[in-house]
Parts: sequence; C-alpha cells; structure tokens
Amino acid sequence: MRVMLMRTCLSEAVAPSVWKSSRRVLERCGVDVKVPRAQTCCSQPAWTAGHPDQARAVARHTIVVFSGPEEVVVPSGSCAGMVVHGYPEMFKGQPEEEAALDLARRTIELTQFLAKHDLDPGRGSRGPVTMHDSCHMLRVMDESQSPREALAKAGCEVREMQHTDRCCGFGGVFAINFPELSGRLGEEKARAAIESGAREVVSCDLGCLMHIVGVAHRQGIPLRARHVAEVLDR
Amino acid sequence: MRSRVPHAHRGRGAPAGNPPARAPRSRGARQVSTRKRRGDGGVAYLDVQGTLRERTVDALRDRTLRGNLDSATTSWGESRDAMRSDYGLDEMRERAREIRRSNIRNLPALLSEMQAKVREAGGTVVRAVDGAEACRYITGLAQARGVKVVAKSKSMATEEIKLNEALEDARIEVVETDLGEWILQLASEHPSHIIAPAVHLNREQVAALFREEAGTDDVPDDREGLVAHARVRLREKFAEAGIGVSGVNLGVASTGTVCVLENEGNARLVTSQPRIHVAVMGMERVVADWDEAAHILQVLPMAAIGQDAANYVNLITGPRRDGEADGPEEFHLVIIDGGRGALRGTEFEEALSCIRCGACLYSCPMWRSVGGQAYGSPYSGPIGAVITPLLEGPSSPASRDLPFMSSLCGACGEACPVGIPLQDLLVRARARSSSPATRKSGMAFRAWSRLWRRPSTYRAWMAGWRLMLRARGKDGWATDLPGPGAGWTQVRDMPTRWPPRR
Repeated sequence: MRVMLMRTCLSEAVAPSVWKSSRRVLERCGVDVKVPRAQTCCSQPAWTAGHPDQARAVARHTIVVFSGPEEVVVPSGSCAGMVVHGYPEMFKGQPEEEAALDLARRTIELTQFLAKHDLDPGRGSRGPVTMHDSCHMLRVMDESQSPREALAKAGCEVREMQHTDRCCGFGGVFAINFPELSGRLGEEKARAAIESGAREVVSCDLGCLMHIVGVAHRQGIPLRARHVAEVLDR
Repeated sequence: MRSRVPHAHRGRGAPAGNPPARAPRSRGARQVSTRKRRGDGGVAYLDVQGTLRERTVDALRDRTLRGNLDSATTSWGESRDAMRSDYGLDEMRERAREIRRSNIRNLPALLSEMQAKVREAGGTVVRAVDGAEACRYITGLAQARGVKVVAKSKSMATEEIKLNEALEDARIEVVETDLGEWILQLASEHPSHIIAPAVHLNREQVAALFREEAGTDDVPDDREGLVAHARVRLREKFAEAGIGVSGVNLGVASTGTVCVLENEGNARLVTSQPRIHVAVMGMERVVADWDEAAHILQVLPMAAIGQDAANYVNLITGPRRDGEADGPEEFHLVIIDGGRGALRGTEFEEALSCIRCGACLYSCPMWRSVGGQAYGSPYSGPIGAVITPLLEGPSSPASRDLPFMSSLCGACGEACPVGIPLQDLLVRARARSSSPATRKSGMAFRAWSRLWRRPSTYRAWMAGWRLMLRARGKDGWATDLPGPGAGWTQVRDMPTRWPPRR
C-alpha cells in the first residue's frame, strides 16, 4: 500500500518531528510513504482569515502536488478537514472543482487511516496521557475514536480530562486577534489536562498543542505535550 | 413632514395613510418626526463602546459574570443533552432544517398568504423596509390613539429596530414585562441572551436593582420574593398600557396566526390586556402551515434550554371577534425586512433559517466566556456574529469584527436545531468584512500567498522562521515574538524545539 504524506506547515515551522514520526509509524505498518517535496500548505490560514482568493492560489498548488491515485495521509485533523470539507466549498464552480473533490475523497487523517486499514503501529509507551479532541478532528472529520484506538493498541493509557470536546481557544488567526480570550480558554484546557492525572496532553493537531502547552508554560502548569504520531512512534 | 409606510395593508377597509386615522382619539395626534436618529437602521447598539477586543477583555475581568454564565450554561447544556437522547433531537433537527429551508425559498409567497389571512381575520399588516420605518409606524399608532404607556413582551426584533428609544423619544412610556427584560430596563442594560436576557446578572444584583426602583430596602432577596415583587409592579403597568407590543416566534401563513412562546405569562397579558396589540416579526419567521409550526414549536424550547415545551404557547389570529371574552380591539402585524430580503439567494441565505433559540450562544466557548453584551448587538454569539454585520453592512465599525471572534470550533453548527452551518457562514462573513484590520491582513496574505505557492520560497521562509525562533528562544521557549507573533506571545510562550521542554 502506497500513500502520500502531507507534512503540514505547522509541523515544518515548529515541529518537524511530527511529520517524521508519522512517516515512521506508517512505514512500520508496512505502508509505502511518499512525501512530495514540492508540497507547501493546505491554505487554511488564509481561508479562515477571510481571504479566499489568496487561499485558492495556494490550494491550487496543493491539489497539483497531491494528484494521483494514492490516499493522502495528514497528521492533523484540521488540515485534513480543510481539504475534505473546505476544498469542495472553495472550488465550487471553479475549473479545479473535479480535482478538488478527488483530493477531498482521497484525504484522510493519520489515525483514521490506521483504523480504516486496521493497521497496528504496535510499540509500548511511557506513562499515561490525556487526549485533547481538537475541534476540527471532532466536528469536521467527525472523529474521536480512531486516535484513542491507536493509542490503546500502542499500549498507552489514556486518562480522559473533563470537557475534552471543548475548544482550547487556538483557532488560527483567532489566537492572534483575540489573545486574551484565546489564552483564557487555553488555560482552562491546560488545567483540565493536568487534573486528569496525566502529565502529558496528546492531540491530533499540533496547533492546539502549541497553544495549550504555550499557555501552560506561561502559567507555570507542568504539562507536557506531544502529537499522537510522536506518542505512537516512541 | 408626514411619515409614510409603503406596502402598508390595512384590514377592515381602513383608509390609506399613517397613522391609521379611524380611531376617535386620532384628532390630537402629532405628526411623526422623521428626523434621522443616531444609529437609525442599524442593528448594533447605539451605546456600544470600545473595540470588540477591548470589550472581551473587560468581560473576562468580570468574575461575577463568569460565574453567572457558567452556572446557567452548564444547567441548560445538561437539560439539552437529556432531550437529545430522550426525544431524538438529532432526527427532529433534520425535519426542522427541511422546513426552514423550504420556508425561506418560498418566503414571498408565504408572506403574501400570511398577510391576506391576517387581514381576513380583521388585523392590519404593515411591511416595513427597515427599523426606522417600523418605529415610525408604531410610534405614530400610539400617538394617533393617544396611548401614553406601552407594555412590551420580550422581542428581539424590537431590540433590533430600537423601538424603546423611538417611543421614549416620542415621550411614550415603555415597560418591559418579561422579568429579565424588566431587570435590564432598570439597569439600563441590554439583553445578553435570546432566551434569558439577564442571564449575566445574579440574584443579589437583581435585588439591588429592585430596591433602587422601589425606593425602599423592603424588597426580599430570595428568588420567590423577587418574582412576587416584580409581579405586583408589572401588574400595575399592564392595567395602564394602551398598546401591548410582542415579538413573534413564528407566523403561520395558512391561518395568519402569530405564535408567541414564553415561560412567564407576561406575553399572554401583553397580547390580551391592552386595547391594541402590535406584533413585530422579522420577515423570515413565517412557516407554511400548522404541521410545520407544530414541529418547530417543539424543537425550539428543546434546543433552547432543554425544555420539552414552553410554559405558554400563545396563538393569536387577528383581534378580538364578536362574542369573544378577551383579546385586543386592534391587531397590527409589523413585518420587518431590515436587510433580510437581500440575503435570499446569497451564500448567507441559510442564516435566515434561524429560529432564535439561542442554542449556538451557550455552546460557543466565546459566548460562554464573555457573555452577550460584549457583542454590542441584540443578536450575540455565533448567529449574531454572522447576521449583525450582514444587516449592518460590511464596513460598519460597530459589527465588522464580529465574525472574527470565533475559533471556528464548530460547536455552534453542531448545536443548531435547524442545521445552519454557522462555522462556514462565519468564514464567509470574514471574507466579506471590510475594515482597516482586514485590509491589512489582506495585504499580508497576498504576500503569504505568493511565497507559499512556490516550494522554493516556502522552504526558504520556513528555514528563516526556524532560525529566528531559535535565535529568540531561551531554554527552548520564545517569550516575545516580533510581528504577527506578538499577539501569540502576549499570553503564551512559543516552544522553539519540539517536543517542548517543561
């Protein structure tokens, strides 16, 4: 089985280990992983900031880079959601509509891909973790079970925090436009995470993690953060 | 200058012209002033202060507010969750969604039918293109009939059109009779929630307001005592009022009936006690028939606060008929466009499906954190962030930032009982917003777009960014990033290596 891996721009900018771990996890399951070198970004930042033309220009590039028969695996519920849900809206009535719909049909989040093909990354894990359901994973990709199943298969104990389905307050440009409000929600999330008894928060979205752990560090809350791919990889 | 209400249709062969001139008291009626008032035609509150971000910061500092919001939203959420499984709210939502989509598609025909049926029942129908026109009609009516006191029952539409201000300008006393709204009237505040307007205030705060209004400390501060006090004071007003103004939850086109849901019984008094009843309805609030109405009237209280039925469902068809024991002598239905008609056929059309239940508000993490007041308009929360700028126009300083106050978490769309894709509408509303900030961000994203559609420039930028992060970082954390990162490091640190060090 051969897939293409989307690295995601956040992973490239802040945490290359996330996409590298994703590749290793897939390869350990016997998947042939192609990482297109020409890829950039799914275009979500411009789309959600209210600049559809600028977003479309970047998304067109992404559609070309990921053309082909393979499934496109994304280690982010949010970027996957952008392609699956956002591209059909973004390219409605545009020349690229068919190609956009095709890519949307082939795109899948990492843990969903593991569950879909019943793959077992199989490696033990250290210490209990708590799982933050990122909003786009939960509501756009309609998914909360696959990451938990993958973590359980890897031998990782998940201690559920209170209101795990509540937004952490990240939200892309929102985090920068309304820092006080965003920070307040992040603090609530970090406190809920540490109260679960786990010392580490895990999520399928790096953006949420950067935000939650960033607020926790500022507030002196001893919380660690790791992407689900990194937990499966260790 | 004489004011004018175009498209006015009157029952019982009333002569054209406004105000209706057939009542005996019209002799002394003053001409209605048409001077332009501050904020006329706008949805946002007149006294909205500061930027949206400043208002959120103020609200976040208010610990009492936070406690009040938390307790209310938690209990409604729990009741609603129970409804979801007990009554199959998810299945009911599909039908509600279909009904509302079809209502909006057939809006012109439904409104014509509604209008004809209300007239058949002896009522008067007025189609107002905007709030100013609706206010002129109602104020003119009050003056023509010599009415000095107007009793109101909770209505979002009258908040939107600023009816209280218009009546007060004409020296007509307005009394809010919904307990929550009366409290806010005493506090000189605006409602913060569609269903529970004073949810942001607690019992002690209310007791203090009542004592001030009564001019005595002899007001009990327990829940029952407060309600009893308000009941006595408000009964006096019901007796004085010449006009009762109510909102409309639904208009049923097939019979010309307006439905008013409530929990207190005040709307029942407002719509039956005064000699004249004026119902104010947004043009989108119409359904075809009773089959549809029955479904929406069930979904509304369930979605709103997890109540399986409203305590009172008032169904009003025209004025009192011969032989009927009660009801007003005159019934006027004011149907407001106010920018709604222009949304039909646009990418925002679905927003017109809204039944004003408030479910999106308390599901919203932003609303839960800052309350409705911070939004600066009667329609708050996600639906308000979408429709207020639509009704105000994309460059209105009072509301153009609203669509940005969302993390696009999607909890609102999930909660919406008529399936409005609110998170998608928020994104579209952002694209439509016109403000200095969006123009600046537009410039930045044009540069971003040029860099990020070419792999080589993208990789160069990424390499530069990682270098900068490492240079700014200390012990694995950056605490003061430049440029667009400044908003980030204002409240949180940025890990410069990953996984981050503790």
